[in-house]
Amino acid sequence: MSVTIYIPRDSGALALGAEKVAKAVEAEIAARGLDAKVVRNGSRGLYWLEPMVEVETDSGRVAYGPVSAKDVPSLFERGLTSGGTHRLSLGKTEEIPFLARQTRLTFERCGVIDPLSLDDYKAHGGLKGLGNAVATTPAEIVKTVTDSGLRGRGGAGFPTGIKWKTVMDTPSDRKYVLCNADEGDSGTFADRMIMEGDPFVLIEGMAIAGIATGATKGFVYIRSEYPHAVATMTRAVEIARQNGVLGVNVLGSPNAFDIEIRTGAGAYVCGEETSLMNSLEGKRGVVRAKPPLPAIQGLFGKPTVINNVISLASVPIIMDRGGEYYKDFGMGRSRGTIPLQIAGNVRHGGLFEAAFGLTLGEIVDEIGGGTATGRPVKAVQVGGPLGAYFPRALFDTPFDYEAFAAKDGLIGHAGIVVFDDTADMLKQARFAMEFCAIESCGKCTPCRIGSTRGVEVLDKIAQNIEPAKQLELVTDLCNTMKFGSLCALGGFTPYPVMSAINHFPDDFRPSPVAEAAE
Amino acid sequence: MAVINELKGLEGPLLPILHGIQEEFGYVPGESLPVIADALNISRAEVHGVVTFYHDYRNHPAGRHVLKLCRAEACQSMGGDAIAARLQQLLGIGFHETTKDGSVTLEPVYCLGLCACAPSAMLDGEVIGRLDAEKIEEIAAEVRL
Repeated sequence: MSVTIYIPRDSGALALGAEKVAKAVEAEIAARGLDAKVVRNGSRGLYWLEPMVEVETDSGRVAYGPVSAKDVPSLFERGLTSGGTHRLSLGKTEEIPFLARQTRLTFERCGVIDPLSLDDYKAHGGLKGLGNAVATTPAEIVKTVTDSGLRGRGGAGFPTGIKWKTVMDTPSDRKYVLCNADEGDSGTFADRMIMEGDPFVLIEGMAIAGIATGATKGFVYIRSEYPHAVATMTRAVEIARQNGVLGVNVLGSPNAFDIEIRTGAGAYVCGEETSLMNSLEGKRGVVRAKPPLPAIQGLFGKPTVINNVISLASVPIIMDRGGEYYKDFGMGRSRGTIPLQIAGNVRHGGLFEAAFGLTLGEIVDEIGGGTATGRPVKAVQVGGPLGAYFPRALFDTPFDYEAFAAKDGLIGHAGIVVFDDTADMLKQARFAMEFCAIESCGKCTPCRIGSTRGVEVLDKIAQNIEPAKQLELVTDLCNTMKFGSLCALGGFTPYPVMSAINHFPDDFRPSPVAEAAE
Repeated sequence: MAVINELKGLEGPLLPILHGIQEEFGYVPGESLPVIADALNISRAEVHGVVTFYHDYRNHPAGRHVLKLCRAEACQSMGGDAIAARLQQLLGIGFHETTKDGSVTLEPVYCLGLCACAPSAMLDGEVIGRLDAEKIEEIAAEVRL
């Protein structure tokens, strides 16, 4: 019987040498005349073990990692094709603690299947949600999504079902489903992983959104920094079209829906929904004032469902197993699961999908295993460049939209970046302002000018020029940016800045060494 | 201007056209702007505004290799700043600059989504993770060949 060997094609695995490993494995198979085939899967999300090679055995999939090309001959000598033991053996993939502790709903197939095999997708439960959607009414779909409690995973946390209902109820000759795949936040890679590892789930989710709201055209706006995701999604859309998943009769129903893939051009602000729509229309990616809501007047002035990749990719399982099933996970008003992305200076970095409610400390210390450098954790930035820095003192905060807001933070797209005790929080605060200055679209004054002034003021603190006065000034400036900016770029930049100042005041005081030298 | 004719039927064709031109020529030549404006029936000022808004579009050719180094927080937490300083020293250029021999252009990028294998970079579209002193020396030597 032919043996299947899985070697990821995920960007993270490729960045760590998966292509060389795949070539070496192919060469060994040929040299030994083995009856084995290589499948290029997505990543399971255990990045400290990538490239992780898996083999299908009688008792399930067995993993090895991190594998480099030079380990490949010895892996074959040790009986890789029958799951033989080797110093890189990780045992059964499903039993690796990092995976076993997760609740994989949105990511249940990611890293398991061949991303571009529609048969594989169907064999693992794919298209059941869309099948249910074409068999019911738009109002029922919207009700199921609303009942699930799913909230926008892009960061704002707006209830997805309510957004869809607005689009459904707005009459128009043309409507759009727009997928925001401009995942620009540092520390996040969930969108990239799903697009590279299970693209059909996103296509299915978008088709369901189309049927629910009466939209017939979908766009996926993917950032240009993700060329592999662009390639995989483009190919997956072609396959879906050839197999009647997309087209004039979705799964043989009278519903038409098609998708086009678009590439961004390196502007962070285009992750903001109105700016993204301008960009797609071929304009400068400047933010639009709201109202009008995109759900009423969005892309090309038409009613538009605009959702993040993970929100849309969570819909198929909700339509398959029901809103109640999904809602049973989570806490408070944060229902379902959230794909945490543990990154930066951390021992076990990767994707960890879990129900809401784990504490930040559990995530960083237990799941992440502390820092990669082995030094103490100083700060954790949650929610990307616009998210707050959390000190150890706040590690009891549960991962939940409201709980984080109560601590002057945000969960954003659930990226968690760990810093060890060598981090200089003044420098991090300055970077937040600098980043805002680089990426500001320029439409509103607090963001455009405030960010540049913010850099200058923080530089004065670093140079010890009237630091107390500067701190007062930067606090006032942050207040103006927070309440006076049009979108989250200027409005949330104060989060990293003020959290750094409030939680790490020592880093903003003149150093005693410098004082003594004067 | 086959690129323009092929793509102008799309809904919102300007970005795809600019991407197509940059892929063809390595940059967006100033001469192409009035041609695009004409084809799409918009003003030159509008096209200029769009080209200059986005970080990706260049108005002059890049080096033979383009090296994008991630400068965002996750990479900073793993010593990205030191890597950036060393790389600039090795190549003898700063960010947004091209070496005199035209071999390589160094650009900053804000996140490649490789945050669990930081610091990271992209060389001519190929991703590289867990950069260290040894890896960047290899890269610097490779691009100068």
